Amino acid sequence: MSSAHLIVLRHLWVLRHGRPWNLVVNGIFEPFLYLLSVGIGIGQLVTAGADGGAGRYAAFVAPALLATSAMNSAVNETTGNVWWRVRFDKLYDSVVTTPMRIADITVGEIAASVLRSTLSAVCFCAVIVALGMIHSWWALLAVPAAVLIAFAFSAAGLAAATYLRDPHDHQYLQLCMLPMFLFSTTFYPLSVYPEPVQVVVAALPLYQSIELLRGLTTGQLGVGLLAATAYLVLMGVGGTWLANRRLGRMLLG
Amino acid sequence: MALRAYGYWALRYRRTWRGTIVIGVANPLLFLMAIGLGLGRLISPDLAVLGGVDYLAFFAPGMLAAAAMQNGIVEAAFPVSMSRQPGGAYPVAAGTPLEPEDILHGHALFMALRVATNAAVFLAVMVAFGAAQSPMVALTLPAATLTGLAFALPAAAWAVTLTGVGPVMGAFKWVVMPLYLFSGTFFAVEQLPDALRPIVYVTPLWHGVDLCRTLSLGTATWPASLGHLAYLVTLAGAGYLVARRNYRRNLHG
Repeated sequence: MSSAHLIVLRHLWVLRHGRPWNLVVNGIFEPFLYLLSVGIGIGQLVTAGADGGAGRYAAFVAPALLATSAMNSAVNETTGNVWWRVRFDKLYDSVVTTPMRIADITVGEIAASVLRSTLSAVCFCAVIVALGMIHSWWALLAVPAAVLIAFAFSAAGLAAATYLRDPHDHQYLQLCMLPMFLFSTTFYPLSVYPEPVQVVVAALPLYQSIELLRGLTTGQLGVGLLAATAYLVLMGVGGTWLANRRLGRMLLG
Repeated sequence: MALRAYGYWALRYRRTWRGTIVIGVANPLLFLMAIGLGLGRLISPDLAVLGGVDYLAFFAPGMLAAAAMQNGIVEAAFPVSMSRQPGGAYPVAAGTPLEPEDILHGHALFMALRVATNAAVFLAVMVAFGAAQSPMVALTLPAATLTGLAFALPAAAWAVTLTGVGPVMGAFKWVVMPLYLFSGTFFAVEQLPDALRPIVYVTPLWHGVDLCRTLSLGTATWPASLGHLAYLVTLAGAGYLVARRNYRRNLHG
């Protein structure tokens, strides 16, 4: 019997002093600021003179910020926090002496991270619905899609965390995530790039995540969404497998 | 004696500079490319609200000032709050013939040089991209450094009173990010509703942004520039005086 849920319960127990709304505010505060500043502020400039209003541009940026927020919260949770637990708290050194298995730790960590991202995603969705930036009923699927994104990045983040040795290594992680945030069609469409660059950008996991959410919130469905879903499922499963193997080696090796 | 305290930070930096490249140099340059070049392509180049220049020329000097603010706080708040903990560099230095003022002066000199070197790299790239419109752009280097110090000195004055780095993270989220996104860096303050504009005009970052922007565009006027300078110098000076008092209280308390 799996006891992965014990990890989730443990994290909730540790967090019991932090109020739940703290987690939500922390999760959505930054994307919300970007939505106001870039979405609406720059949106006024983008559409000045053109047919649409600033609202149309904000509706373009909003799903991308949701995807980014899911990515950031998933990766920060599984890299920074897990790294700390493994290297300093030595939490799992004691866990492995109990009947819990490595797979329980892996699944439990990913589940706890996904839970946290889901909480933020639901609130962010509520905010963009309230601001009238949703144009399709398909947007109801945006929350499960955000959960899938959180799963893919949590698994990949957990796998990455096992490779981090120095505190400085976290900077290199940011060096991957920040360009992804800025260049994965968050703020402008893929067509801005020259052809060869488009191929590179399209291969990024955040691009696939944004495609998925943007398709759902604008109601423009296509085969691309299925491809994006498959991409994220593969990334999540592959990341889980790798993380599990690496954690096993670290804790039992 | 202050140079001895400076020597400590310079020596330390010779070992750790690689990690600071990401946050100090890569971060603003990536924003310059993604927002200035990429998103700028969606914005028509003759908008009156941007002063009739293309978006890159509008955004780049704003980003220079905003990056100087971030660097100023990163260089002041985190190291100062960590150095003053038991066993940190400050209590140890305070046990030597160094006076608290020397420790402050040495560290502040290091902060100023860090902000200035990062700004110089950014400025060189900005000029290479053709984002500068006037030879007066050279004056943005001291202007950006002053902007950085106007944040770094008050931040140091505050951080030296802290017992942990937790509040610094909070300040980043609740103070620095909103300033960054709403101080006229990404869009013109004139786009905001009338009621909100005065709030932006009292924020220190707006003064740094407007000073750098008018210098870079060649539209600077004496009264406005002197006003911005006076504001920033006052803030830096007040921060310095409070820091002096707080350093003495906390290090020789």
